[in-house]
Amino acid sequence: MDIHEYQAKKILSDFGIGIPRGGIAYSPENAEYKAKEVGGSRWVVKAQVHSGARGKAGGIIVCNDALEVARAADKLLGKKLVTNQTGPSGKIINRVYIEEASDIERELYLGLVFDRGSECIMVVASTEGGMSVEEISNKKPETIIRSKIEAAVGIQEFQAREIAFNLGIETDLISRTAEVIEGCYRAFSELDATMVEVNPLVITKDKHVLALDCKMSFDNNALFRRNDVAELRDKSQENPSEVYASDRGLNYVGLEGNIGNIINGAGLAMASMDMIKSAGGEPANFLDIGGGATPEKIVKAFKLVSSDEKVKVILVNIFAGINRCDWVAEGIVQALETIKISIPLVIRLAGTNVEKGNKILKESGIDYIEAHSLKEAATKAVEELKKIEIK
Amino acid sequence: MSILIDENTKIIVQGFTGKIGSFHAQEMIDYGSKVVGGVTPGKGGSTHLGLPVFNTVKDAVKETNAEASILFVPPSYAADSAMEAADAGIKVCVAITDGIPSHDMIKVKRYMRRYAKSEKMTMIGPNCAGIISPGKSMLGIMPGHIYKKGNVGIVGRSGTLGYEAASQMKELDIGVSTSVGIGGDPINGSSFRDVLARFEEDPDTDIILMIGEIGGPQEVDAGKFAKENMKKPVVAYIAGLTAPKGRVMGHAGAIVSAYGESAVEKVELLKESGVTISKNPSVIGDTIKSVLNG
Repeated sequence: MDIHEYQAKKILSDFGIGIPRGGIAYSPENAEYKAKEVGGSRWVVKAQVHSGARGKAGGIIVCNDALEVARAADKLLGKKLVTNQTGPSGKIINRVYIEEASDIERELYLGLVFDRGSECIMVVASTEGGMSVEEISNKKPETIIRSKIEAAVGIQEFQAREIAFNLGIETDLISRTAEVIEGCYRAFSELDATMVEVNPLVITKDKHVLALDCKMSFDNNALFRRNDVAELRDKSQENPSEVYASDRGLNYVGLEGNIGNIINGAGLAMASMDMIKSAGGEPANFLDIGGGATPEKIVKAFKLVSSDEKVKVILVNIFAGINRCDWVAEGIVQALETIKISIPLVIRLAGTNVEKGNKILKESGIDYIEAHSLKEAATKAVEELKKIEIK
Repeated sequence: MSILIDENTKIIVQGFTGKIGSFHAQEMIDYGSKVVGGVTPGKGGSTHLGLPVFNTVKDAVKETNAEASILFVPPSYAADSAMEAADAGIKVCVAITDGIPSHDMIKVKRYMRRYAKSEKMTMIGPNCAGIISPGKSMLGIMPGHIYKKGNVGIVGRSGTLGYEAASQMKELDIGVSTSVGIGGDPINGSSFRDVLARFEEDPDTDIILMIGEIGGPQEVDAGKFAKENMKKPVVAYIAGLTAPKGRVMGHAGAIVSAYGESAVEKVELLKESGVTISKNPSVIGDTIKSVLNG
């Protein structure tokens, strides 16, 4: 789960890390008022959307008086910001963050992630703040400092100090910088985060160490014990179909193609998408309805996939093990009584009692195209699509 | 032979008396697995499915000499159950549970460092389908009948994609020595490489099928291991060619976040290690057949 910059900064601040003065605003009037409340003579108005690269997309505006702040807020609020991370449809700006502008001397990069290879928490830092970590790895790989933290004992002061020295921080600011690194680590480990990124971490001209921008992601599997974090979820930043799916125990990711998928199991779902691509088509979604494939889940899956306007053909691929094909077939028939599908439907069942399952589908009178293998299913789905395109 | 489990492996079920635990315990018994009891704290002394229930894994091991366990414990308690199994002397523990926090899995793995290598439990999963040595024993939730007994070792992350592969193989009359599901989570008990090393030592396994997916370094590491340390051929399929970067594809671990983690990159790196690639999921069986026939 991702959160907004202002939420992440509040967390950093709770862990003792310095952030510029700022406040959230929901309207131009509110923004102007906030600017005065925050104080100072220059402000940055920042679109709050779940994405990086907001600056390049026009989502961050520097202002020299309170009226400009109001205008900037007016320009951003209610619009969709399209960045290189949001996809072409962009993300809605429902609030802006008004922050006092900082006089920056140095910009650094600081990130914490799980390192899956060593199964440690990895601190990544660089003197080249302000660029994305991918960009730093491409352009200035020699500046990247990595430090593995043993999760059982946590970060040690010497490790944080070493990173600070390696960043070339001046002596007077070493302990302050080390505290920031330790604070980020504590936030990461105490809140079940999967990523904490402060970029840039800045040294101001008046010698403060401040988190100027911050991104955090959390482990969805740990939200059951992190109420404070779970509360920060902003569904307006997620694809509505994905919200619908996650609320109903389905795993869905919207894609750009036009062949909709209903599949049980994440690996089989990815494999079926690959097969569609290999047959010359493009998948419209990833959808894993889970190993069980109960009739209720099948109904929800049909509703979800058929509500996507891009979808021209639906491919159902269920490998029934313990749950048996005859039972899955009955679920599909029931589902199609509840919801009418007016586009071509290709169904491939496999596994336990597959003959019985196919017989149930045939005798039910539902309008569908039968397939027996993964390849046949994908090929038939692409053929149906071509027929529609010719028309 | 086979790896990890065989017809003599004594099994206990953790989370035995719950609905899911009961169902799959019965399936395992019906398959012929030697299930000798189960653990549900607070229900010790009772009988379930005709087998004894214990309060602790230690009690269960003491009374039954169990050497393997399978976890059907909810995610918030699963890490604790795995550590309890390790401490009780269980040798192989399969965690079926989906949804264990990553921080908890790191804790489990660090906890297990206290045991000497010879005493250390092998954990498989979490978020996996388990292990089957066809015709001998099933320590998992797979449909046992789709696996034919034979000489191909399977190691994969996904349950249903593993079933797809096993059934393609069965249709071509190719059998399996052992199939191991290592699960779809970012931090798991055993890696592809750990399981490959076991197959290399197993006289009944002649070739290994590795079913990987996007995310993490394990497939590529396993390829390097195969190149440097293995004589047996490895065939691989990597799912997720069409998966967008930065999105979680169902499995918590299926997310591309760094170089070498996309399906295209993994395929390239595995090819460099001499692994034979099944170019799409419909030809997994055929690819194995062609390698078997030399």
